[in-house]
Amino acid sequence: MGLFDKEGVRRIRGGREEWEKTELKPAVDRTPETHETFTTLSGIEVGGLYTPEDVEHLDYEAGLGFPGAPPFTRGAYPSMYRSRPWTRRQIAGFGTARSTNQRFRFLLDHGQTGLSTDFDHPTLTGYDSDHELADGEVGRLGVAVDTIRDVDELFEAIPLDRVGISFTINHPAIVLLGMFLGVAESRNVPWSALRGTVQNDSLKEFHGQKTFALPPAPSLKLTTDIIEFCTEHVPNWYTVSISGYHTREAGADAVQELAFTLAQGMAYTEAAIERGLDIDRFAPRLSYFFGCHNNLFEEVAKFRAARRMWARIVKTRYEAKRPESMRMRFHTQTLGSTLVREDPKNNITRGAFQALAAVLGGTQSLHVSGYDEAYDIPSEDAMKVSLATQLVIAHETGVANTVDPLGGSYYVESLTDAVEERAQAYIDRIEEMGGGSMYRGMLSAVESGYIEREIAGTAFEYQQGIERKEHVVVGLNEYRPETAQPLEVFDFDTAEEGRQLERLTEVRRSRSNAEVEKALDDIRRGAETDENLFTPVMAAAGACATEGEVMGVLREVYGEHTDPGVF
Amino acid sequence: MIAKVGLDGHDRGLKIIARGLRDAGMEVIYLGMRLTPDAVAAAAQEEDVDVVGISILSGAHMRLMSRVVKALEDLGVKERVLLVVGGTIPDADVGPLQETGVDGVFPVGTTIGDIVEFVRAGVPAPEPGP
Repeated sequence: MGLFDKEGVRRIRGGREEWEKTELKPAVDRTPETHETFTTLSGIEVGGLYTPEDVEHLDYEAGLGFPGAPPFTRGAYPSMYRSRPWTRRQIAGFGTARSTNQRFRFLLDHGQTGLSTDFDHPTLTGYDSDHELADGEVGRLGVAVDTIRDVDELFEAIPLDRVGISFTINHPAIVLLGMFLGVAESRNVPWSALRGTVQNDSLKEFHGQKTFALPPAPSLKLTTDIIEFCTEHVPNWYTVSISGYHTREAGADAVQELAFTLAQGMAYTEAAIERGLDIDRFAPRLSYFFGCHNNLFEEVAKFRAARRMWARIVKTRYEAKRPESMRMRFHTQTLGSTLVREDPKNNITRGAFQALAAVLGGTQSLHVSGYDEAYDIPSEDAMKVSLATQLVIAHETGVANTVDPLGGSYYVESLTDAVEERAQAYIDRIEEMGGGSMYRGMLSAVESGYIEREIAGTAFEYQQGIERKEHVVVGLNEYRPETAQPLEVFDFDTAEEGRQLERLTEVRRSRSNAEVEKALDDIRRGAETDENLFTPVMAAAGACATEGEVMGVLREVYGEHTDPGVF
Repeated sequence: MIAKVGLDGHDRGLKIIARGLRDAGMEVIYLGMRLTPDAVAAAAQEEDVDVVGISILSGAHMRLMSRVVKALEDLGVKERVLLVVGGTIPDADVGPLQETGVDGVFPVGTTIGDIVEFVRAGVPAPEPGP
């Protein structure tokens, strides 16, 4: 049933047409509009005024419903932030485990309520710190982890059963999670007490983060191994953080981010079902991760559409029975690619608006990127400002006092529908590529470079829009500052790399190499016979095998991936 | 020729520049990512390129660019190429990069237009064909 009766809408239509003639037209004739058309960043045309006509078709019960119940459009939980504020989770990671452990404690002391770990590129791509390609990048953009001893040091004095911990790691996720579970075991923390997330989103590595280590199909197999193992043994762990954030940073627009991310989620779901897992057991432990750009209402619409689409997909396509399986929860990170070098303090404002959109969209946790990240990884000062931004939104703006405050806005509801419709078209296309299977469709879309080509096209057009000043970016292409603003950036200690190399050498010297060899052989055998590799990988991690050694065995069996270079 | 060295995966800028230069009428070799400085230098020699563009967003630009310079010198091609780098590069590193032998430094926020102009000014126009 629609929200308005037909007669009412007819009257409103008549009134609007009259208003356009008598009021709007003369006003615009006197003061013309600044643009011929107005659009969102993903190109959806925006009208000057929205009325009940635009939401005439909307069925409240089926399309919006109530928060905490399918289709979850209005929120993942019934009382949202009135009961529990979003988790303030600023990601951190640099240098050695010791340095990052200090940053973690600093963040916990300054109001942070969860931890999120950024790994350096060698760790993300599954190479040890002493690999030829790692030179200069050890500990640079994240913490360097080679062995279980690094993971132990990373979480020194942090109560693993009380602080939720997120690991931004993908193809080597099985190794890092194996190390972490080993550390928990050594501290007598039961796995059932662990609450956290492993990103484990293998497919987005090929078009988003680009830190792949293995080809698409085997990396998806490892993602499924983790889902299967954790469903059985680590029941409160989020097994995949299905990520659109990196895809967005790579240049996708809001619609593409939503579509490709849901498509990834569908591929993992189909792989797990094919493995024989019950949707109602594993789906409640899938989570999502989105970016948030500047176009506030489009972002809010994206978050609302995301919840509604996922709920419907899980219910109708995968025949889940429990509402819990259909409930999308997500983390949000404001986008580093929106940060501007000129007048960097203006980035505080950008971060605040993006964070506001994420909260209005109902995020479960939030990272506000540092205002100085167009220069380097964030300084402590930048992270303090990011946390304070979150606190101001939570305590001073009042936006968290009611659930889904923009729900029912003619504009936001109409935009939510438009974003959904466009995202669905992409999903349909990928499904077609897979002959009805999203699992095969995503492998095909990734392997053919389809997704990368779509994203690269959007990124290029956006850049051209900036250069043509169709998109005004304050300080960058308009309102240029007269003088550059001095900024104290993060001071990376280049001696960290040497320290990590020494640690790695020491581990290799003091461990039992025979035990490592045996553990690596077990992994090789397991990979060749297509077993779940979690247990053998965990055993190798416990024997102090390095991440690079484990991934090396997997590369031997599964082969490597070469970037197709689509632009 | 444009490329990424090391393991850094941020390739959005690389792709935008590749397309921008191509659209400006230049022949672009997209060498790709995860390359060693030696591999880049060898490709520069083999393809006889005019410009070597490196993208680094990992913060490792000082170390990696001095290795790229050395690799190009070792093969004797440093003098005949224009070497440029782009990425997240703090202001304080721009001068030192130029001192190590990098001809152009383009931090985040640079336009395609600026880069096209720099390349045109630094590379002699090809002789007209027959």
